[in-house]
Amino acid sequence: MDGDALVIAGEEIGSRLIMGTGGAPSMSVLREALVASGTALTTVAMRRVDPSARGSVLDVLSECGIRVLPNTAGCFTAGEAVLTAKLAREALGTDWVKLEVIADEHTLLPDPIELVDAAEQLVEDGFVVLPYTNDDPVLARRLEQAGCAAVMPLGSPIGSGLGIRNPHNIELIVERAGVPVILDAGLGTASDAARAMELGCDAVLLATAVTRAQSPARMAAAMRHAVEAGRLARGAGRIPMRRYAQASSPWEGIGTGATLTS
Amino acid sequence: MKVIINGRPHELPEGASVADAVGGVTGPAGLAGPGPAGPGAVPGGVAAALNDEVVRRSEWAATTLKEADRLEVLTAVQGG
Repeated sequence: MDGDALVIAGEEIGSRLIMGTGGAPSMSVLREALVASGTALTTVAMRRVDPSARGSVLDVLSECGIRVLPNTAGCFTAGEAVLTAKLAREALGTDWVKLEVIADEHTLLPDPIELVDAAEQLVEDGFVVLPYTNDDPVLARRLEQAGCAAVMPLGSPIGSGLGIRNPHNIELIVERAGVPVILDAGLGTASDAARAMELGCDAVLLATAVTRAQSPARMAAAMRHAVEAGRLARGAGRIPMRRYAQASSPWEGIGTGATLTS
Repeated sequence: MKVIINGRPHELPEGASVADAVGGVTGPAGLAGPGPAGPGAVPGGVAAALNDEVVRRSEWAATTLKEADRLEVLTAVQGG
């Protein structure tokens, strides 16, 4: 759709499907999936240099012409997340960051207190902050008030594939948000991505559903189409739900003996 | 002198710089300048923090290490 691009912090992003790179079994599989997804923005994590590592995810992104979005995955405190974001800015030359501050390793759910603290510090330091957040409309509003360039509520816990467990909350976030809403985490298959877009999200961010699928490239293509289909459906305006049937054929002119038409 | 690089003790000569230490971990690639231009271009892809403070790449050579300093050398990997 012309004139319907995703815009974050004034910059146009060429796809509404944002891919994470975690979980792919090899760089070649990752490359195929990224290309099939049509993504224009892709997350990476920051970790200690491993001298024995072969092949760099940055080389793959550079070859594919995909913009890099560093995250702060694995950080438990605002201090850790801020330092990681600053290191990412230095290493990758971008002031965009997917802010992730988790509470524990069991649920990987965001710690809301540390998250808002880190968001405020990073916005103050000039970062474009895209926070991974709980599906809490109040927290989403606080993050937007802190100056975040988008809010990224989870559908369900990271890697769970449980889909969108609280669509009502996602709708509440979408209704009030003045920045893009990106459904992040928990999607399992294409219908989940379409649902996110039908609920009014501006984009989806996913990794595991593609990278750990039996055929990552095929699932990536499915996700690409699902995001487009969901966006189109949202724009088209769905019919209201009804308790009883409503005939789509006219009642007039029914022939002898006919009692019902559909 | 002994410094901690990425959580492990390393023995470095007196006066060693952050650039020396980073080069020891990454090899010449980590000390390379900005990468090629383009949408996915990245400047080197490596960053360093000395005692929890980021050291800008331009300051690596001029920043000398002291006994018991903690240096973290990070890069981007698959994730998220």
